[in-house]
Amino acid sequence: MKLYNRGMIIAGIVVFLIAATFPFWYGRGKAVSPPDLKLDTPAIQRLKKKLCVEPAPFMRSNHMKLLGAWRDGAVREGIRSYTAADGRVFQVSLTGTCLECHSNKKQFCDRCHDYSGAKPACWSCHIIPEEVR
Amino acid sequence: MLEKALKGSRGYGIWVAFLLLLVAIGFFFYLRQLDYGLGITGMSRDVSWGLYIAQFTFLVGIAASAVMLVLPYYLHDFKAFGKITILGEFLAVSAVTMCITFVFVDLGQPGRAVNLLLYPSPRSVLFWDVIVLNGYLLLNIITGWTVLESDKKGIPPPTWVKPLIVLSIPWAVSIHTVTAFIYSGLPGRGFWLTAIMAPRFLASAFASGPALLILFCLILRRFARFDAGEKAIQTLAKIVAYALATSIFFVLVELFTVFYSQIPGHMQHLTYLFAGLDGHHTIARWMTVSAFTALTALVLLIIPRTRKNESLLALACIGVFLSLWIEKGLGLVVTGFVPSPLETITDYTPTGPEVAITIGVWALGLLMITLLYKIFISVRKE
Amino acid sequence: MAPTRREFLKKAGLSAVGLVLPFLPSLSLAQAGIPIAGSLSLAAPGRFQALKAKRWAMTVEPRKCRPGCTDCITACHLEHNVPDFGNPKDDVHWISLERVEHIFPAEAHPRLPESITKLPVPVLCNHCENPPCVRVCPTQATFKRADGIVMMDYHRCIGCRFCMAACPYGSRSMNYRDPRPFIRKINPAFPTRTKGVVEKCNFCEERLARGILPACVIACKDKALAFGDLEDPRSDVRFILDKGLSLRRRPELGTGPQVYYIL
Repeated sequence: MKLYNRGMIIAGIVVFLIAATFPFWYGRGKAVSPPDLKLDTPAIQRLKKKLCVEPAPFMRSNHMKLLGAWRDGAVREGIRSYTAADGRVFQVSLTGTCLECHSNKKQFCDRCHDYSGAKPACWSCHIIPEEVR
Repeated sequence: MLEKALKGSRGYGIWVAFLLLLVAIGFFFYLRQLDYGLGITGMSRDVSWGLYIAQFTFLVGIAASAVMLVLPYYLHDFKAFGKITILGEFLAVSAVTMCITFVFVDLGQPGRAVNLLLYPSPRSVLFWDVIVLNGYLLLNIITGWTVLESDKKGIPPPTWVKPLIVLSIPWAVSIHTVTAFIYSGLPGRGFWLTAIMAPRFLASAFASGPALLILFCLILRRFARFDAGEKAIQTLAKIVAYALATSIFFVLVELFTVFYSQIPGHMQHLTYLFAGLDGHHTIARWMTVSAFTALTALVLLIIPRTRKNESLLALACIGVFLSLWIEKGLGLVVTGFVPSPLETITDYTPTGPEVAITIGVWALGLLMITLLYKIFISVRKE
Repeated sequence: MAPTRREFLKKAGLSAVGLVLPFLPSLSLAQAGIPIAGSLSLAAPGRFQALKAKRWAMTVEPRKCRPGCTDCITACHLEHNVPDFGNPKDDVHWISLERVEHIFPAEAHPRLPESITKLPVPVLCNHCENPPCVRVCPTQATFKRADGIVMMDYHRCIGCRFCMAACPYGSRSMNYRDPRPFIRKINPAFPTRTKGVVEKCNFCEERLARGILPACVIACKDKALAFGDLEDPRSDVRFILDKGLSLRRRPELGTGPQVYYIL
């Protein structure tokens, strides 16, 4: 196969490679420290056993799946109780359960979300208690 | 073949640049709408569909009008339309794209549009509308492009194209019918709850679409030295005349049913539409223009001497297009909401940003038509 | 012979499709089963005993309303963070007061007494048995529960407003703007909505789940509103309905409204 417009094509490929690898070479040498999550809210300090709804490693990878199940369960099925794997029962509520303990959204939730570039849309409707008190 | 759209005269370049500018302005205002919300338009709690849905409703008709070229040629071997069926198919492509864009622009949460596909709801007419509109778009892209490519190579089109083209005929009827069903199945909106909503859509489509096609043919003859042929244009004009007459007839029978039966709830909507209600006259004034324009155009189209006069024909076609744009656009949509279920009359006036976005979408459609027709013309010249 | 550009593109396209295909099943599974550790159940946690019914309904006796009272509206809108945009165009309301001649156009006539024509009557979503809004929703963001409540899933709503066109009663409101700045006093126990979704009365289903009656019913000092299970012969609504004639809005449309008016 003859390569027509060789100059343009090679130039185009070079530009593409530069753009596609941008995230890798642009920030080299500039390390951003991993997010520092603060778990010292009054509600968490009051807990005898420092356990989330599910163990932290599970929550770290799956909290959105859990919240999705809670959302569809609560809104579409009227399901308001969640029994965790270890038998504890929780009320299905983002503001009422999750943010009760994690009342410091800016020092907890936002730290990882900002670091990873996640922009959850939940907060346009679900109330952050510390912001309306 | 796409590269043919990139080369053209200066006038062509200026026209394309102008349309791109309108699209850019529309897009800018759309970003503002995304930020502020749909409150940037004139829509309200009572009149919850406005200019965007009105354009969508009207354009569905334009899109289906390709059938008026395809049916006579492919089913009845009407050779005069042979040269221009592609024009109809390309018009359908642009019109359906505009329809889909207008619906998208009207959504309060456009980022969630994919929910339409994730949660299919067969009992919702809108679900079916998404299917038939996208199907029709795909059909016309495939058939129009394939036939044009075969023309370019000077060979007959592949055999699989003909069944698809024939399929587009009932499919065109379906896009009207389903869009009409959006309105005619709602128990609370007496103005729309009429069995002849779908037939009315068909009649006005077959008047406004071919009228636009005639105008495009006249423009192409003037600016691109492409002649669709006297027979084709005159036959289209006769189709417009019959369809317009049917459309006017349908409006008249609606008026009879409502005003002879004297049911107050039904009379209120048509009174608001044609005469104004309780001091609210804006729509009525537009409809008066629409009515007079339609009747004048009908006369011009029926009388052979005026129909054969190209300037008068052009005028009549513009009149048909405008008249039906008013009637099937805001006339149809806004009147359904007035009076409201609680008998209030809320006026609807499109706002500046709303109009800018609307013009932007129309410019997008016209841009598509320009580019596609340019490709068509360039292929023809070879 | 060297492949033509067309053949090359065809092969590239097929390869791309072939690379994507193995991943498609896992995409659909991600939508389906949700692998969570625990289990969800209908039983309310803690001390709440939810109110249950086979068919929730409401009765309205507007003759009992004291003049100028809007307690039901205030309570509902406060409880549910309903915004006040301050202009009729963007207006959002879940419950409002209207005149008999507008609510019952078929039954009203020019010789009704002033005691009826000047009566402010609360109107709200009728939670119809055969709701046209549910029929038309293209994403099932509005749906009917087994106990009769017509629900809104604000997560799924795309804001197409087909339901607003379908509702024969004008019960639904669209958030044409971001409602947050226009909520006078936020109730942290209930979410707000966001711009671009349609909202309406939900028969206080979140309160029913906690064992309490709707906010408007409790707020009414004149006991003009009653709420209960139509299928329970001992409920408040059955007691009131058994007393005599009751009206529903536009029953000829076949929607089966479940808000009954006693005038």
